[in-house]
Amino acid sequence: MSTADPYFDFLCRMGDNTLILGHRVSEWCGHSPVLEEDIALANIALDLIGQTQMWLGLAAEVEGKGRTADDLAMLRDVWDFRSALIVEQPNGDFGQTLMRQFLFDTWHLLMLQGLTKSCEPRVAEIAAKAVKEVMYHVERSGDTVIGLGDGTEESHTKIQAALDLMWPYVGELFTPDAVDEAMLAAGIAPDLTEMRKTFEAQVSAVMAEATLTIPDSRFAHKGGKSGFQHTEHLGHLLTNMQWLQRAYPGANW
Amino acid sequence: MRNEWPLWEVFIRGQHGMSHRHVGSLHAADEEMAIKNARDVYTRRNEGVSIWVVPAHHIAASSPSDTGPLYEPSESKVYRHPTFFDIPDDVGAM
Repeated sequence: MSTADPYFDFLCRMGDNTLILGHRVSEWCGHSPVLEEDIALANIALDLIGQTQMWLGLAAEVEGKGRTADDLAMLRDVWDFRSALIVEQPNGDFGQTLMRQFLFDTWHLLMLQGLTKSCEPRVAEIAAKAVKEVMYHVERSGDTVIGLGDGTEESHTKIQAALDLMWPYVGELFTPDAVDEAMLAAGIAPDLTEMRKTFEAQVSAVMAEATLTIPDSRFAHKGGKSGFQHTEHLGHLLTNMQWLQRAYPGANW
Repeated sequence: MRNEWPLWEVFIRGQHGMSHRHVGSLHAADEEMAIKNARDVYTRRNEGVSIWVVPAHHIAASSPSDTGPLYEPSESKVYRHPTFFDIPDDVGAM
């Protein structure tokens, strides 16, 4: 895949994030600790997959090579994916899933709020539709993080471990590279450095209420959104997610 | 020891409905979580515009064995039904 067009890359980042996280969250379907959470997680996964259709649909149009959103989702390999490393991380226990969700949701909401002011009307329209869904996502995941953190000794220990595990994946979301800078300069996407300040204030408030300690480190894994080096988990996820289109090319329903 | 969250009864006011209607029950740790769970379990196909949740233990119910004394006296009293009046159209739904 060419990386010559930063706008195409940016749209793939948005769509790949929601696609990969949507798939991850859907893995809970039928396995959640209680029925109510099972349905809630499935709803969130479906919201994310719906947003993927819009982002990758626009990406395919912008690319102009006759590919569709489905082609981008089902027929690219690991190195072509532009999703951040955090979304491909395994579900782990319920706390790990919800911590990953909360950190992503908080970034996602700020990003979408910024994108509603994008000078690209198509981007602003997609963001305006998605932002309502994501407001609910962050409310739910935030409440659950607080409930587990400020819960029993066992739930506190597990969700603190999840925060320690996930925190090094936060930095990538906010570290601008050439694509982010081009999008900022073009007025398409918001300033990640500014976003990070709001993010840290919001996350700190929730963690304080959850009695959780944010790791005192800014070390950040990277290589997801550039496609340079995904973790081993993405390949396994794609094997599962893309299996049907690979085994039965063009299969439809 | 029971590890389940408390049970809540869920009432939803539909898009065009005038009153909340009982739709089912669910488990949740507190009332905020009960409303969120109700939103996810019972309104995912756009069924409602307002949600009530009530702790199930706060609902007092009649006993099934009391049906005779409770309901039978009304069975043969057709004059209790206001079906003998013409209601003007302007009144709307009653």
